[in-house]
Parts: sequence; structure tokens; C-alpha cells
Amino acid sequence: MAIREDVLVVGGGIAGATAALAAAETGAQVRLLSHKKSTLRQASGLIDVLGAVGDNGTEVEPSGLVADPFEAVERLPNSHPYRVVGAAGIRDGLRVFDEAVGDAYAGTHTDRNALVLTHGGTVKPTARYPESVAPGLASAAEKTLLVGFAGLTDFDAPVAASHLDAAGVPFEVDGATVPFPVEFRDDALTTRLAKALDTDESGARRGLTDAVADHLDGHERVGFPAMLGDDDRREVRAELEDRLGAAVFEIPTGPPSLLGLRLEDLLFDALDEAGVRLSSGNPAVGYEAADGRIESVLVDRRGREVPYAADEFVLATGGLVGKGIDSDRESVSEPVFDCHVPHPEDRYDWSEPAAFGAHEFARFGVVPDGDLRPTDGSGDADFENLRAAGGVLGGADTAREKSAAGVSIATGAYAGRRAGESVTGREAEEATR
Amino acid sequence: MSDAESPQTTESIEPNEQRASPDPDFEPVSVFDDDSTMDLRPGADNCYKCSVCDTTCPVAEVDDDFPGPKFQGPEQWRLKRKDEGEIDDSIMSCSNCMRCDDACPSSVPLSQMHNAARGEYVDEQMDKLSVEYVRNRVLANYRTSAWFASKVPRLANFAMNFGPARWLMEKAMGVTSEREFPAFAAQTFREWWRERGGADASRENARAARERRGEAVDAEKKVAYFHGCYSNYNTPEVAKALVRVFESFGYEIVAPEQRCSGTPMFANGMLADAERAAEVNVSSFADLVERGYDAVASCTSCSMALKQEYPELFDIDGIDEVAENTFEALEYLRIQEDLEGQIAEASVEEQAFAYHAPCHARNQGVDRQAIELFRDLDGVVVEDVGDSCSGISGTYGWKEEKYETSMKIGGDMFEHMHDAAGDVGMTECPTCAMQMEHGTGYEIKHPLQLLEEALC
Repeated sequence: MAIREDVLVVGGGIAGATAALAAAETGAQVRLLSHKKSTLRQASGLIDVLGAVGDNGTEVEPSGLVADPFEAVERLPNSHPYRVVGAAGIRDGLRVFDEAVGDAYAGTHTDRNALVLTHGGTVKPTARYPESVAPGLASAAEKTLLVGFAGLTDFDAPVAASHLDAAGVPFEVDGATVPFPVEFRDDALTTRLAKALDTDESGARRGLTDAVADHLDGHERVGFPAMLGDDDRREVRAELEDRLGAAVFEIPTGPPSLLGLRLEDLLFDALDEAGVRLSSGNPAVGYEAADGRIESVLVDRRGREVPYAADEFVLATGGLVGKGIDSDRESVSEPVFDCHVPHPEDRYDWSEPAAFGAHEFARFGVVPDGDLRPTDGSGDADFENLRAAGGVLGGADTAREKSAAGVSIATGAYAGRRAGESVTGREAEEATR
Repeated sequence: MSDAESPQTTESIEPNEQRASPDPDFEPVSVFDDDSTMDLRPGADNCYKCSVCDTTCPVAEVDDDFPGPKFQGPEQWRLKRKDEGEIDDSIMSCSNCMRCDDACPSSVPLSQMHNAARGEYVDEQMDKLSVEYVRNRVLANYRTSAWFASKVPRLANFAMNFGPARWLMEKAMGVTSEREFPAFAAQTFREWWRERGGADASRENARAARERRGEAVDAEKKVAYFHGCYSNYNTPEVAKALVRVFESFGYEIVAPEQRCSGTPMFANGMLADAERAAEVNVSSFADLVERGYDAVASCTSCSMALKQEYPELFDIDGIDEVAENTFEALEYLRIQEDLEGQIAEASVEEQAFAYHAPCHARNQGVDRQAIELFRDLDGVVVEDVGDSCSGISGTYGWKEEKYETSMKIGGDMFEHMHDAAGDVGMTECPTCAMQMEHGTGYEIKHPLQLLEEALC
């Protein structure tokens, strides 16, 4: 087996990236394995830690928004991944994240959640947000103008503004739709819009501010869908602010999400910097094990299975959407290591009638022990050297709790650090012998 | 492989003939497992329109008129279900870089759908007497021109870059006169290989190497080399490097009969040409695979074709066995040998490279290996010039009407190459190398050449 590392992380999302960074911090040689391009491209780019939690610890019923996620962790059920890593684990995850992204993100100054405006016209509690989002927080009582682009159907600024108004935000908010200053074909790619502002194609920046000026009317800040430039985004926003004489901020969008794309770039640059090896393009499909330890993960390169060996492994393949958890009409499973995934026998019990109900399926996933190792049906760890992180872990309804990125970075950092320490600790022990 | 079913019969991708004598039972939309035609429906149904593929498409990035891979794949497939539906001619602007495959979180077989749509467009809608068709056919069948040229390499090198001739080629054929044609080698790889003693000489060399390495002298270490056209006719030094490196690890090499991998034919929708080439390649490599050989390729588009496109598009005896046992050359050594260890002990003269990962290397998951491996080679700095496509995509950048798009796509790469410390480029793909040289004037090497320098 020629391909060998100290730590192999399976999964290229935010949990896998954080795990790989945390493992690399310990001095271990790490490889991050992912099947496809990172799913961060579809993520909002926000780092939600915990936005809503039920009053009675067993029901994940979002009865109200959470102001301080660290304090609220105690109220989560015992089966929640946050209960394994605790508030200290969340802080360590945020530390790894903050160091990776540097000043591209804001929110480090407080433990309390920030309230970010969404493109649907709601307010979302989050712990870290891109610096371009920062001037738009709902907590600042500034007269706000939301601007959408004609033909860009994903964001309707007047509708979003009236939603926010109805939600009772503490400021006046209006919406306006303007034509984008450069003419593209219908249904143009959002990346094209960003690029046009980036390169100031046909005077796009001036054209945009000219179009917005008619609607400005005393507004102190102006929010655009998150496509204000790419490589030169700081320059773009500064110029718009300068021309408008108002603060300019970005509103996170659905996929394809520029904020998600930028976060992907930030994290993968950090991985590169940390000397993490990256392999993507082929799926992990199985493993080889002996004496309760995994020896290698088998990667399917179009028919031929190639072993990737390591001393320690982190499973960070995601949940039902990321395909880390699989299901058919009979059962729910974890496809790489075939870890135990508890679920009701009758599949009609997997979901609730209400679309946004407390679905059982949302909490499907592997059951970790106190060291985040997936366990079999009787509570024993499946393998001594396998830990799990992120969406593949069961017990969290991340959509309702608004905790997806937080669970990923907290458990990713924990699993990665423990994996790295197991290797470097063993190496240190061998060295002293 | 993708979620879509592989074809059990080849008729379905040659609709021309099929439509001429319509089978009354032919049902293009198949939902049942027992149907034996290529069924792209599960692939189309998997698309949940997140549009991430569109954000990775290098053509869509610079050409606003190009509707992107989501349209070319699942959306076009659905539109075709309607009566009289035609393939949109924008399919010919897809460069077949296959990046969308790698971007899709839902395993939609985008490039397979694009290849099928392009094949159908060329077969049914393109005028066979048009300059575009003839030009594309000539470009796609590069091997034929190269074979002629290799008989008189000096004359060909002169004639192919002779000003008035190039002017005429652009005006009459639509082949851009902006590019210089790659030079043909005075001696092809195969001529060199025969002169050197072919497989017998290789067996001797490999035995000697195994002995030197302390391995079992009669160990089963044998590979069949798919050198492709370019390293045969244009850059035999790459092919020779592969031979020397593999022999130094104790591998016996054979260079079986082979045609073009089909890559330029897929990209031009000439699926019948591609299938003819694939039949020769599969039949010649399947025998060897059965006898315990693994296939290795030095060009990432060739290995891509054998590994993915063949089984996705054609039904040929032994095709799956060949696909399963085909490897990119460096990838193969990484899997089989302690390449890392040997490189850590080696050293070469100080040099710096600007490395570009070809799109087809990305899809095979081998885009980072040159950077990773040479990190530990004493004397060498290899810098990644970023993740943009080079823009040439084989024959694409040779077309007069695509030249500008091609150079726009490559813009980022040229810039990063200039910023990198080295003034020698490195890549696995021969046409990426052409584009890198064209945009920067740098000499371009293949990772195998550096490996040869380090280990042989």
C-alpha cells in the first residue's frame, strides 16, 4: 500500500476541511479525500452555531431564537453531538475556523449571535459571517434599502423588504429593483454579474450606483444580493460605498452561492497552507480492517478499488443531502463503513406530515461515543481509529436548530485533533522508548 | 461511473441509422431496468438545478451566450422529449473539459449527456458538406494527418507553418492562423521503440532493474503503454521518459497496436469515428489485461477516454475490464511503488516549474499528485498556477471562431504562470502544453520527464 498518511479525512465539506486543519495542527501528515467539488458551493457562507432550541431538552422544537449559543448548549438533548464536544469544543472549532479565514469573516468579538438578513426577508441568528455581510446586521437601526436586479429571479428586494418590515425589524426598510448595468442574456449566471463588477466591465460600478441613486432617498445602508465582485470584492464594495455615500452590504443567496464559493476558496487555501494533501474526484466506497482498526479506505477509481492507508480516519461525508447517509425504501445506512444508523422500522415514521415539522429523518446519522467514534447497536465503538464529524452524525436537527456549520466545525475540530494527537502521541511515545 | 445506464447496444447513440429504419418498439424514455438502450433519464432526474455546474464551466465564464452545462445536459434532454425537438447548436461551444461532472453534487452524468447530444447534433443537424463539418472532421482525426506528416516531418513542419498556407487554412477551413502547429519529431516514438528492440529489450531491462532493486526476478510487473498520438508523433521524449521510468521500477512494457483515444472525436461529436478507434484500442488492450497487464497512459485525456468515456458511450467486448485496469502513469506508480520515498532520496539540478493541472486530470482525481510528489524533490520548486482551465481543450482552441474564447479562458493561467517563480511550464496534457507555450513562450515539460531526471 503505497498511498499512506497519518490521518485520512473522508469528505470535503466544512466538517472535513476543519478536521483536516485541526489534525494538521498536531503535526500529523493529513490527506483530505472528497468525491466531488465541495458542497460549500451550495452553502450560505454563514457559520450558524445554534440559533434555536426547544425548552424541554428532549424535543428539538424551536420555540424561540437563541441569543447565546454557548449557554443554550446545555438545553440540548443528550444525544446531540454538541453534548459530546461541549461548549469548549464549539469554541475550539470556531478558533480553527477563525484562524483559517482571517479577517474575511466577522463575529469574533462576541459570544452572542448576530442577526443576518436573508434573501427571503427573514432574520437568521449566526455566529460568523463574511465581512461584506457585517454592515447589514438587523441589530443596527439604520434606514435600509434592499436592491435586487431585474431578471434575477432568486431575490425580490421589495418582497424581502416587506417581509422584514412585517417581522418587526427595528429600522425602516425599502426594496427596489434596478436593471443590472451590463446587459446579459436572460437567466445569466450570478458569477457573470460578480465578474462584471470585478473587472468594472463597461463601467458597471458607476452604472449600478447611478441606477440605485434614484432610490437612495436618505437610506443609510444598501443591501445587494451577494454578487458584488469576486477577487476584487473589497475594492468593488468600497467604490460602491464611496459613490453612494452609504454603507453597502451583501445578502447571502441560495445556490450557486458566491459566499459559499468564497468560503470554499478560503478553506482550501488554508488547507494548502497547512500542507494537507488533497484528492478529489473519486468516491470512498469501503475499507480494510484488522483487529478492530481500519487499515485503509478503498477509493473507487472507475471500477478499480485503490486503498488509501492511514493510522487514523475521520468520516465527514455529510448527511442525507451530502450522501454520507443513504436510504432506500427499507432502511437507512452509512455507506462507507456500514456504521449503525438507528431509524424507525416503518418508513412512514421517518417524517412528519408538516413540511417544516420535526422530522425524524433530519436526525438520522451515526451514533458517536464520548470520543466521537461511531458505535454499533450496543454502544461499543465500531473501530478504535475512526471518528465521525459533521452531517454524518445523528442527533441534531441542524436545519431547525440553525446549527449545521457549527456542528461541522465543532465536531470536525474535535475529531481531527483527536486523530492527529493519537498519531503524534504514539510517535512521541515510540521515540522516547 | 455515472448513474445513467451504460449502453448495451450501440445503435442508440448513432441515431442516424436508427431513425432511418425506425424500430416500432423503440422507446426513448425508458424507466424500466430491463431496457437495454442507453437511458439518460435517471441522470436527468437527478438534477435538482443547483447550477453549481454552471459556475465551474470555463466557457460560460467568458461567453455569456453559452447557456452552460445544466442546459446542455438535463434541460436539453428534457426538451428533446417534445416532438420535433432539435439539439440547440450551442452544444458545439461545449469544449468537453468535463469539469461539470466533478462539480455535480448529485451525480448527473453531464459529460455523457453532452457527448450524446453533440453526437446527435452532428449526425442529424449538421450539414456534412459545410466547411465546419469538414474542418472538425479533419481536426478530430488528427492522427491521420500526423501519420502522413511523420513520413516527411521536415517538410510537414515547414508546410504547416508556412504563412500563405496558414492564411488559406484560416480563410477556407476556419483553422486559426494565430497558433503555430506543433513540430513533428524526426523519429516517432514507435520507430524509436522498434529500433530499441521493442518488448524483448524492455523485458531484459525490467529484469535487470528488478535484480538491482532486490525484487523477485520473475515478478509479474508488466504494463501496456497507451502512448496516444501526440507522444508518438510530436513529443516522443515524454513516451521515452515513461519507458525509462517504468523500466527502472522493474516494469516490462509493451506498446500494443493503437489508434487515437477518441478524445478529439468526442469533442467534435464524431462518435462513429470514436467508436471505430475505441474498438481497435479495446480489442488490443483487452487481450493484454486478460494476461495480467495494466494499461498506463501519459496523456490524461487518453486515460480519461479509456476509463470513463468508452464505458459510458460504447458497448464493446472487454470495455469494462480495460477501463478498470487503465491508469494515468504517475497515478499507477503512486499506487504500486514507494514513489514518495524514492523522490525524497533523489535530487536534481535546481529548477522551478509553473504547473497547470489539466481538466481531465481533475476528473480522475490526479490533479494534485505532481505538486505533492515533487514537493519533496531536492532542487525543485513546483508551483500550482491555479484551478482555471487552459482554454484550448484539444481542437477547440484551433477553431478560428473559438480562438478568442480559448485565449480568454486561458487568461488567468497565463497570468499565474508569469507570476510563478519558474519559467518552465509543467502539465500532463499535450494540448494544455500547447496553450501554455502559446500564451507565455515557456518551454513545457511533462512530470514524467522530471521523474526521469530524478530517478533514472
